[in-house]
Amino acid sequence: MDFKSVVFYLFSAVLVFASLRVITARNPVRAVLYLVLAFVSGGGIWMLLEAEFLAITLVLVYVGAVMVLFLFVVMLLDINLDRLREGFWSYLPLGATVGALMALEMGVVIGGSYFDLFENRVPALVTDSNVKEIGRLIYTDYVYPFEVASVILLVGIVAAIALTGRQRRQTKAMDPAQQVLVKASDRVRLVSMPSEKLEDSVPQAGE
Amino acid sequence: MTLAEMPFILPDLRPASAELFVLAMACLILFVDLFVKDTRRTAVFALTQLTLVGAAVVTWAGTSGEVVYTFSNMYVHDFLADMLKQLLYLTDIIVLFYARAYVVDRPLLGRGEFYTLTLFATLGMMVMISANHFITIFLGVELLSLSLYAMVALNRDSATAAEAAMKYLVLGALASGLMLYGMSMIYGAVGSLEIGEVAERLQAGVANHSILVLGLVFLVAGLAFKLGVVPFHMWIPDVYHGAPTAVGLFIGTAPKLAAFAIVLRILANGLLTLSYDWQMMLLIMAVLSIVLGNVAAIAQHNFKRMLAYSAIAHMGFMLLGLAVGVVGGDARFTLNAYSSALFYVVIYVLSSAGAFGMILLMARAGFEAEDLDDYKGLNRRNPWFAAMLMMLMLSMAGIPFFVGFFAKFAVLQAVVASGQIWLAVVAVIFSLIGAFYYLRVVKLMYFDAPADPTPIQAPLEVKALISANGLAVALLGLFPDTLMWFCLLAIRLSLSVFA
Repeated sequence: MDFKSVVFYLFSAVLVFASLRVITARNPVRAVLYLVLAFVSGGGIWMLLEAEFLAITLVLVYVGAVMVLFLFVVMLLDINLDRLREGFWSYLPLGATVGALMALEMGVVIGGSYFDLFENRVPALVTDSNVKEIGRLIYTDYVYPFEVASVILLVGIVAAIALTGRQRRQTKAMDPAQQVLVKASDRVRLVSMPSEKLEDSVPQAGE
Repeated sequence: MTLAEMPFILPDLRPASAELFVLAMACLILFVDLFVKDTRRTAVFALTQLTLVGAAVVTWAGTSGEVVYTFSNMYVHDFLADMLKQLLYLTDIIVLFYARAYVVDRPLLGRGEFYTLTLFATLGMMVMISANHFITIFLGVELLSLSLYAMVALNRDSATAAEAAMKYLVLGALASGLMLYGMSMIYGAVGSLEIGEVAERLQAGVANHSILVLGLVFLVAGLAFKLGVVPFHMWIPDVYHGAPTAVGLFIGTAPKLAAFAIVLRILANGLLTLSYDWQMMLLIMAVLSIVLGNVAAIAQHNFKRMLAYSAIAHMGFMLLGLAVGVVGGDARFTLNAYSSALFYVVIYVLSSAGAFGMILLMARAGFEAEDLDDYKGLNRRNPWFAAMLMMLMLSMAGIPFFVGFFAKFAVLQAVVASGQIWLAVVAVIFSLIGAFYYLRVVKLMYFDAPADPTPIQAPLEVKALISANGLAVALLGLFPDTLMWFCLLAIRLSLSVFA
């Protein structure tokens, strides 16, 4: 067994273990952390397959951004796991059947001879790293859809601000120029009042 | 060849100059909006209208009968695209004029975002109209849909608007997923996403037919969803009803043009070899839409809901034209069939804009004029507008000598030419049933007493545009030839079957 196989089995073992813990951990925060571990191990396996771009994206986007958000949400929410697990055993037969069916269907499709078109069309040998190759494609052949996708993201920002942002007038920010210009007479107004007896000034209950 | 040796060739940007112009202006308007203090947003409104006029000029300057591809064949510039884009700008300009007073009265709607999102949606539609690649089609659809979801929800204090936006978002995402799934299946079978190349490889007959048809089902389902035909119509009444009327007007008009373009490009340009399969699907959906749309519209008391069901029926009628293009492998009738569908969709957009425009004209601050009862006795309140709405309704019903009649007539002619007489009979019978609810509006306007006798107030330009819109329906009914000629020309010059 060469070094590559050792690494592969190591990563796979960690991946399977972490995935199992994601669904068995009682504490949701732990489950999320195991999911992070699963993603990193998956990224490692992709790296072994020389799919650097996918591996980097998985770690950067999923681990770096999505899972951190997820962790925040999970920490903020008060999830009662015992209530979520109540029906576990009664649903198990149905769930197991559905799972087995799905596995069977996937086996049929992947084992079948559909998509055989690709077998005789070997992709051109990529000499550069595939990050470079994808970058080249994005900025040459696919520049138009890439730009349109960026406009979609812009619309996403505009829409999010339009739907959630309140008027700027409601902000409590101070204007320093206004603050400096203030005069003593604007702040305190001295009113001369005749002195009164204490019992008159106490408001009565019915008022 | 390593990266350093790779020469960088700038793609030809000229065919896409209108898109670039609209994108640049939309970004500029986003900035300008930051500095506009005016709560009526007059400057933003004016800039948006100028952008649309400018885009029309740019498109007009680049118009030729040739088919030009650019951006590594992802973008196509042809006469069909030019014509649909010009109609798109025109529709947008009309929509913004109609919507202006309505959004100014409603502070949440009348912010700069209403105008910038309209421009981004327009850009999405332009991308769709000129798409020659499944990826560009999908991105165009997403750009349009995302802008529309936000526009529906813009009036965020209204619960019905939020509900409509949520429904639209969830169902729209589902439809995008279906479409994407179909595209990936077709890619799996054919090995290309470029429409012209898909057509070539299909012709060569190397692809696995069963996987292609499976992909086709998903693709057609996704397209049907965007068009809003039965059985993928559920979102239409809720969105038309729940969205602010100004946004409903936009959703009910311009996107139909873009949806027509992608349907034509995918099915007639890319997958014509599979026409036997998709024509069957379109036929079933068309008949169901005509039946359900016309029958369900009778039960509506809300004008916007009624127009929604009428939209379903109209889109069904339009699909009839697309579904009879190829008869038994014979493409003799293709030109007539597709151009009749194009004519139908243009006329539908014109009439629909007018009908929604009337709702906006009747609406005031705090009053929506959505119920059919609000139109009672309109003749006594303002005979001119009653006449305009009557013409629009009669045209939509397909009464002779209004343009809606010629649109229906052209489609029926194509159906009869394909030899499916029963189909034409069904379409006519249900159009007659549908005429009932259009005529009911006319009856309410002319024979019932007004519930609210206040005269109608609207800005002069809106009054003028509504009048022009109503008169256009009547005049085009008398002289439909020019528009029909343009539709024929657009189809003949732009579809690869005729190349």
